[in-house]
Amino acid sequence: MSITHLAKLENIGLHFGQRVILHDVSLEVYPQSVLTLIGPNGAGKSTLLKILLGLQKPDSGSVWRQPDLRIGYVPQKFHLDRLLPLTVERFIGLNLWRHDAAAVRLSAEEVGVQALLPQAVQSLSGGELQRVLLARALLNQPQLLVLDEPGQGVDVSGLSELYQLITRLKQKHGYGVVMVSHDLHLVMAATDQVLCLNQHICCSGQPEAVSRHPEYLRLFGDARAAGFAVYTHHHDHQHDIHGCVVPLPTDGEEQRHG
Amino acid sequence: MDDFIGRALLAGLAVVLMSGVLGVFLLWRRMAYFGDTLSHSALLGVAIGLMTGTSMNLWIMLVCALVALLMLYVQNNPALGSDTVLGIIGHSALALGTVALTFLPNVRVDLMAYLFGDILAVTPFDIALTWGLTVLVVGVMVWLWRPLLSLSVHAELAQVEGVKVWWVSATYMLLIALMVAVAMKVVGVLLLTALLIIPAATARRFARTPEQMVVFAVLLGVVALLAGMGLSLQMDTPTGPSIVVAASGLFLLTQVISQRST
Repeated sequence: MSITHLAKLENIGLHFGQRVILHDVSLEVYPQSVLTLIGPNGAGKSTLLKILLGLQKPDSGSVWRQPDLRIGYVPQKFHLDRLLPLTVERFIGLNLWRHDAAAVRLSAEEVGVQALLPQAVQSLSGGELQRVLLARALLNQPQLLVLDEPGQGVDVSGLSELYQLITRLKQKHGYGVVMVSHDLHLVMAATDQVLCLNQHICCSGQPEAVSRHPEYLRLFGDARAAGFAVYTHHHDHQHDIHGCVVPLPTDGEEQRHG
Repeated sequence: MDDFIGRALLAGLAVVLMSGVLGVFLLWRRMAYFGDTLSHSALLGVAIGLMTGTSMNLWIMLVCALVALLMLYVQNNPALGSDTVLGIIGHSALALGTVALTFLPNVRVDLMAYLFGDILAVTPFDIALTWGLTVLVVGVMVWLWRPLLSLSVHAELAQVEGVKVWWVSATYMLLIALMVAVAMKVVGVLLLTALLIIPAATARRFARTPEQMVVFAVLLGVVALLAGMGLSLQMDTPTGPSIVVAASGLFLLTQVISQRST
């Protein structure tokens, strides 16, 4: 086993009762590299992350993490009870044994939420919350960042900014990233490897290869051409024609209906 | 001041101190029902203690600790439907305890004292035990404060960040089990949860940090205790329920005031 791995899953299998959640899934995570999990709802993406994090035990297969691996985690569903009075500052530093205001501020500045520090966590918007969660994940200088749909609740303009931020900080901190994302077109650019999951691994590889893979096309339709357009113009196209190759926009005409 | 009133106050103060510290987490973790289940089960401990002629306190703690561990197991197995299971455990234990008590021909059992408390009858031994436990509970809670707060905010996030979630959770639940044994004398098994959650819920209005909420919960608990005991002595009402009435009154009052001010 190469020591360059941060973590490695081998032949993971899991079922709840009769229902197969995951079947024979393997993956490797490297430093400075982004692995994106895509797949339809109920494909087992979040569950796979939980197995990687050690929150869930698989029925079969092996889980290996580098000893004392520092992990930053942004969970999929975060809701803080209104009855718990907590400021953003306290929330970000919650895992510290002793509160360290300077470290919290530094982490908040990295993701641009320093102005939110004195606010109550419950008052945050969806986009602000995701950034605050990211700030908390970064506080411990993680070697591995595990993000479960980091773009949820973030508006379209903030979305590409968020993914750019994750990529930019990757260069600075050198962490590896494993994330689940539905924002295919935005994530593809910053991703080194895509893993298309539907209980089993449908296909995996570099983004361009995966987006042409028949299994991928079967699951998501032919988003290739639209993905290309959105990629450069940063707006989503839902009016995809199945099976048809949508011609690439040659001028600004396509941008007008975003 | 009469001796029994002084004793009642001493025991009551210790109990509201404990319930303030423990109660806020019951709210934050949405575990109010857990408190009910645990305190209802205490009656089974009472019955076993009386039937075997051994220490009642010990049996209450044992039964509650066992129920707490059972509930921890249920929590980790969501397939069982935790609300339902908690309801079944708590009410079964309460019913079983009550039924068992009627099989004690030679003991005159004052069921009301167990159900609604009998703070005016606390003995010096009770006070010593209550304060001993209070020191233990508050000490452990100070020690557990950060990890427990962290897992109350988000359990999985806490676990990824290195919090031993199961152990911290289990310890917290066992502390409540210990508290039930002594708090029972103050408000009884039926109203015990009220003492845990009402002052804490009232405190939320004033608190800006988790720590402030605990301090306010304790202070409000003390006010409710004094007001409730005053009411009880003046009007000759049962003390435990009077304390809970006072706590509820405070809650309502703060709701009205804070609504006016906004």
